[in-house]
Amino acid sequence: MEKHSTEQLQAICSQVRRDILRMVHACQSGHPGASLGCTEFFVALYFDQMKHNKNFNIDGIGEDLFFLSNGHISPVWYSVLSRSGYFDTKELATFRKINSRLQGHPATEEGLPGIRVASGSLGQGLSVAIGAALTKKMNGDKQTVYALMGDGEQQEGQIWEAAMCAPHHKVDNLIASIDLNGQQIDGPTKEIMNLLDLKAKWEAFGWEVIVTENGNDITNVLQSLEKAKSLLGKGKPVLNLLHTDMGFGVDFMVGTHKWHGVAPNDEQLEKALGQLEETLGDY
Amino acid sequence: MEKTLDTKYTYTEKKDTRSGFGDGFLELGRKNKNVVGLCADLIGSLKMGAFQKEFPDRFFQVGISEANMMGLAAGMTIGGKIPFTGTFANFSTGRVYDQIRQSIAYSEKNVKICASHAGLTLGEDGATHQILEDVGMMKMLPNMTVINPCDYNQTKAATLAIADHEGPVYLRFGRPSWPIFTPADQPFEIGKAWKMIDGKDVSLFATGHLVWEAVVAEAMLREEGISVELINIHTIKPLDTAAILASVAKTGCAVTAEEHQLNGGLGDSVAQTLIRNNPAPQEFVGVDDSFGESGKPVDLLEKYGLNAENIVKAVKKAIARK
Ligand SMILES: Cc1ncc(C[n+]2csc(CCOP(=O)(O)OP(=O)(O)O)c2C)c(N)n1
Ligand SMILES: [Mg+2]
Repeated sequence: MEKHSTEQLQAICSQVRRDILRMVHACQSGHPGASLGCTEFFVALYFDQMKHNKNFNIDGIGEDLFFLSNGHISPVWYSVLSRSGYFDTKELATFRKINSRLQGHPATEEGLPGIRVASGSLGQGLSVAIGAALTKKMNGDKQTVYALMGDGEQQEGQIWEAAMCAPHHKVDNLIASIDLNGQQIDGPTKEIMNLLDLKAKWEAFGWEVIVTENGNDITNVLQSLEKAKSLLGKGKPVLNLLHTDMGFGVDFMVGTHKWHGVAPNDEQLEKALGQLEETLGDY
Repeated sequence: MEKTLDTKYTYTEKKDTRSGFGDGFLELGRKNKNVVGLCADLIGSLKMGAFQKEFPDRFFQVGISEANMMGLAAGMTIGGKIPFTGTFANFSTGRVYDQIRQSIAYSEKNVKICASHAGLTLGEDGATHQILEDVGMMKMLPNMTVINPCDYNQTKAATLAIADHEGPVYLRFGRPSWPIFTPADQPFEIGKAWKMIDGKDVSLFATGHLVWEAVVAEAMLREEGISVELINIHTIKPLDTAAILASVAKTGCAVTAEEHQLNGGLGDSVAQTLIRNNPAPQEFVGVDDSFGESGKPVDLLEKYGLNAENIVKAVKKAIARK
């Protein structure tokens, strides 16, 4: 894959954000908040960091794999998959509509290229990613497995079962990130169920922990993903604490749980799109 | 189309059944100080906010930790509280089956498992959230009572009733705005089926959102000269077998309608009752061994064969088999 400049990656981000907003607006449902917040992360993975093949093969032998545990942010993933060639961007218009491959939460049943396991019920994705990473090791496949979780999702017990398991089995071909936006459905994570010191927790479980201070700055995201890569192969899994802002890119959506799972109306869409340049052409 | 039909029950307003739960729950809070609430980051979706606001000391936000919530609820019963847990139906059952099985059902704990967004009609979130196996899982558990009310009013009445019932209860309701066609002041007796319409050609047993579809189907069939006895099975367990057998003894055939898998649903329970006592032809309206998908509730009911038209077809088939 040809290398994209920072400016090119930023331009892709702008288009992805337009896609997200137009998708959730068209079906009047879905989750724009953390989709907008994680845009830089997805663009960094699919347009720079990951070795992957748009001619999708579920086994992904010799490829880097990505697993989305917080499946509700499907809009950003679908947009990035289609913008990187997995399927026609026109199909984004079918999101959450009947008979679509673009299910509300990622699914394999309809055969959407790019998806390897269903997610949506929170807390399960890290375990699956660890399993896939172990298979890569058993296969002698040197590529990396990536996973993304939400911060509210850290409240699920299964996350900590997985957290204990990966270092025990020396899964050092795995980079898991947590979208630290400080928000979940009912409010700020601090008020709903305080996560306290996640860095200390993951370190105590035996992970190599790095921090991305600004997950909405593409340069910072790339730097920390490079750093994460450099830590692989040393007997420990890597955990990336990715600080983002929910709703980033749209001034009236930023920083609040209120846009976790609410679609903009016509007027709000127009206002939001006015803040995001159409760089690659709307679908 | 349903507007021009002469249905025996009518509505002027639509509301979600989860609001019936939320309003009933608030009323319970005022009536019974032992009632406590727990929720796993879905207070808005479950309509538990008013209770939380009025009774903050009796309400616990547990974050996204459903298994933990079930254990907490079981523990809270020890010493006399009546915990009501709130999350989506999927995360109220499959997610926490063993926790319910061991700490609640087997241990005979007085926990009320209140489950919203059941079935296809949650719509766009799709199959990961559209649980269609929950009634089966819950009815299989010894000691568990399983209730699936049909509209806002019945859900509110059921919410009030389960607080007075000693023992674990699974209360299933949903997300979509749905006709309110049952009376506001209805009595709700757990385990007692409600004969809504007298008839002689077929016994139609419906539960949950599909009771409304059954009301519509009855009117469509009446226009064709077919007399339907419609029975509202709000309590799937314990099942009112006496009411079922009395009706089928008269009509000679049965149809069941539910927003659930055919495997493990109301239909299974009715079939078991009939086969043991009075074998009769039975047809089943429900989801036939498939997962759901994203879409609008009404479109999904149509695609998966769960609307009034499908009930009409099933009735004709059952009658033809007599
Ligand atoms: C097991 C489970 N419980 C509850 C939900 C409902 N739910 C969907 S997203 C969400 C909040 C997730 O918070 P976070 O991981 O911080 O994601 P964000 O709000 O930042 O997108 C909840 C409770 C779910 N999908 N799965
Ligand atoms: Mg969050």
